[in-house]
Amino acid sequence: MKLFRGSSGSETVREQASQKLTRRSSGLGELSRTWESADVLCILDLGSTSATNIRFFTEKGHRIYSEDLLTASTDPELLMKDEQGNAVLDSRKFLADNLVYPAAHFDAVLCWNLPDYLDESLVKPVVGRLWSVLKPGGMLLAFFHTRDAGPDSPCHRFHIVGGDTLEMKKIVLRREARRGPTGAVHTAIDGFQLQRVFNNRHIENLFRDFASIKFFLARDNIREVLVVR
Amino acid sequence: MSAPASGLAQIGKSVVVKGELSGSEDLYVDGQVEGSIALKANSLTVGPNGQVKASVDAKGVVVQGKLEGNIQASDRVELRKSAIVTGDISTQRISIEEGAYLKGKVDIHRAEVK
Repeated sequence: MKLFRGSSGSETVREQASQKLTRRSSGLGELSRTWESADVLCILDLGSTSATNIRFFTEKGHRIYSEDLLTASTDPELLMKDEQGNAVLDSRKFLADNLVYPAAHFDAVLCWNLPDYLDESLVKPVVGRLWSVLKPGGMLLAFFHTRDAGPDSPCHRFHIVGGDTLEMKKIVLRREARRGPTGAVHTAIDGFQLQRVFNNRHIENLFRDFASIKFFLARDNIREVLVVR
Repeated sequence: MSAPASGLAQIGKSVVVKGELSGSEDLYVDGQVEGSIALKANSLTVGPNGQVKASVDAKGVVVQGKLEGNIQASDRVELRKSAIVTGDISTQRISIEEGAYLKGKVDIHRAEVK
């Protein structure tokens, strides 16, 4: 039977890695009006480094900054113990090494699904820093799961392929040893797991310092959020 | 991973260089370089074991290892999937393999029309 002719683990991983999904994003559609109309914008992409996104923005004459915060958060040097002896990530060190930009520098920040997968100890400090690096009136786009679908909630890399269209590719497990951004060797990065499911109130709370917040509920159990500083 | 071509100037993986590097031939770095690299009309390749902490000014730059510093390339920059780059990139063309890590600004400047 075909069922028992299963492919090897590495083949499965390769198959999963090559799966591309296309989705329409209302939040991106609304945000895209900004970069279609303005002169030169400063845009910060916090997802996995994407040549597609870099090309998309540079062809429009905008300045793009890329910073893969999720990968940066896997740096083993961030690990520390709290007062109870629990392992936590050092948010001060994280913010000393990442998101280091002048205040009010960016017109738009593409957060993608970062808050859903980022370690709890880093979420609020990161959102606080994003508020300060955004210009007043600047916009931030983030995606949140509306339910925990377990393994069906894979972390994706996002490529902008149109005004309101995204191509999503699953970020697969890396089982090989790899050097992290600081050069430290990660023996294994077991992919990125959904850390929590934010409800509307949590999201409003998270972005309470921002001037306005707009929700777009999509069919694929994703809540898109567009906030304005 | 592409291996260095024979006849190419190379800095092997056990070599550590600190200071200003400049030249008029292509360079392959698989060791450690700290300072600055200027190869105006030639290309720099940072091999998989390479760890470069320098500002780079070259025609083309290919990164397979780690590079910390700003890259100014008059032609193109290629970041392979194992690349870890921290710094701003200014070039005419850029290609980035999925899995590469970049932290910095990308500036694409158009070729001058003759």
